[in-house]
Amino acid sequence: MNSLLSKYSEEIEAILVKYPPERRRSAVMPLIYLAQRETGYINKQGMDEVAEIVGITSTDVASIVGFYTLYHESPGGKYRLQVCTDLPCALRGADEFLAKLCENVGVHVGETSADGLIAIEEVTCLAGCHRAPLFQVQTGDGISYHENQTVESAMRFIDEVRQREWERGASR
Amino acid sequence: MSELILLRHREITNLSHFRIYRDLGDGFKAFRKAVTRMEPGQVLNEVKESGLRGRGGAGFPTGVKWSFLPKDVFPRYVVANADESEPGTFKDREILESNPFQFLEGLMIAAYAVQANAAYVYLRGEFWQIAADLDRKIREMENAGLLGDKLFGTNYSLRLYTHLGAGAYICGEESALLESLEGKLGQPRLRPPFPAVAGLYAKPTVINNVETLANIPPIISKGAAWFRSFGTEKSPGTKIFCLSGRVNKPGNYELPLGTTFRSLIYEHGGGIIDDRPIKLIMPAGASSGLIVADDKALDTPMDYESVNALGTPLGSASMIIMDDTVGVDWLVNKTVRFFAHESCGKCTPCREGTYWMHHLTRRIHTGEATLADIDLLDDVAAQIQGKCLCALGEFSIMAVRSGIQQFRADFEARVGQLAGVEK
Repeated sequence: MNSLLSKYSEEIEAILVKYPPERRRSAVMPLIYLAQRETGYINKQGMDEVAEIVGITSTDVASIVGFYTLYHESPGGKYRLQVCTDLPCALRGADEFLAKLCENVGVHVGETSADGLIAIEEVTCLAGCHRAPLFQVQTGDGISYHENQTVESAMRFIDEVRQREWERGASR
Repeated sequence: MSELILLRHREITNLSHFRIYRDLGDGFKAFRKAVTRMEPGQVLNEVKESGLRGRGGAGFPTGVKWSFLPKDVFPRYVVANADESEPGTFKDREILESNPFQFLEGLMIAAYAVQANAAYVYLRGEFWQIAADLDRKIREMENAGLLGDKLFGTNYSLRLYTHLGAGAYICGEESALLESLEGKLGQPRLRPPFPAVAGLYAKPTVINNVETLANIPPIISKGAAWFRSFGTEKSPGTKIFCLSGRVNKPGNYELPLGTTFRSLIYEHGGGIIDDRPIKLIMPAGASSGLIVADDKALDTPMDYESVNALGTPLGSASMIIMDDTVGVDWLVNKTVRFFAHESCGKCTPCREGTYWMHHLTRRIHTGEATLADIDLLDDVAAQIQGKCLCALGEFSIMAVRSGIQQFRADFEARVGQLAGVEK
């Protein structure tokens, strides 16, 4: 029983129709995103299910998950704050921004806050060099840009996220 | 400011809306004209005559690229390269966000010119929101009869699809992009065969950059001669220059090719932060060699030939500007770190070479190096040069070699300064 297929049958149909019928393998990347939607990462079962849908081995799926940086094999923060520190951003203070942000959140680069909500990651160019410092936020179901940032504005965003998540938890 | 051809959304509010693009932006007239009144070969010739050169970095004539497809082999594909990932480059993103229909119309005209019935937009994974927006716009065009079967009562049919990458610089390299689109690791292919002969699914394929394609509708509407009234003879048209680094007004500037560095940096970009002296320019993002920003360089016109004569290509025109506070040893450590991270691992000179270069640049920058390490770094770079499967490896050494050659004192000072003694 393929839980991905039963849960997202319409979406999967819309993905498969993009590629020639004999080229289902092309759908592997969007399907991995789909498998990551709820938890923000893909586990062994998810890889098996993606593999079954497109007709390749689970090992092939795992190699693709390992190759691309936006796929994750383990749970990280629910919100991954990904800060670019490449040359153009660094020329506008991105290294200092990242260091202070980590200090404020109380984590090292690559770590997740104790409440499991916020991970701070260092990434390569995001095509926003003119609005540095900037970060993107990756969650299971999307990516958003946050540009022209200061440590204060980033911390405000984090506080809002925590407040929202707390309210969501309290209302359950 | 000259005429805006690509960044028209700065003059027409909400140009990203279907109705605004159609009614106020003369939208889809060029595509309709091509499909209903021009033979595919005529469209191709118009683009060839315009002299448009690929805006992704290589500067190869677009019409010539289209003409390489073998006759009578079908199906064919057109793929738009929206993987924009070069550090210092953020022009395609502005087109995709704010003038997306002009880009899509260009893609549709390209597909008609080479008689492809399906075209893909390959976007970097970070452009998640843009991909979702493009999907909606594709639906709008389908509903308006601009995409689908037997368009405008002709026998021509066309469908567009988006495909989202997942974070890999190498997928901007066209053969790696095709591998990724086929659901494989984004690793470059051995060429030949080139994509024109055996591209997506081993079929004849044209791959063009977003900015390149956004130039196509006005060329078809207004003609090659009009297009050639901008820019220089060998580099016609306007170009979006991405200005970043230590300037007062970083951003995208659409200017005729052949505008000088000085004009871009000082007139448009507002000069250097705190009025400090400018030190050097990287004209093609992290993949550039370093240009010493003296008067001769600043007065050089930014076209493909003139910039090349300064020792490094114009590339995607992603101008990273450094002032006198920037040490070249630090800069090189940054660019090499990027390439070491983004090397796909397929070929040994790039995979191992970028790893060791990063080791050395870090050692130099943190003061653990000796003077001999500077020569060792240059030697490792020299061993990468000319030996890689794709351009990524070649790009990784551009700043290293030109940096050591032109700014050796920066490296030596770092070694001496942090070590405390001359080793």
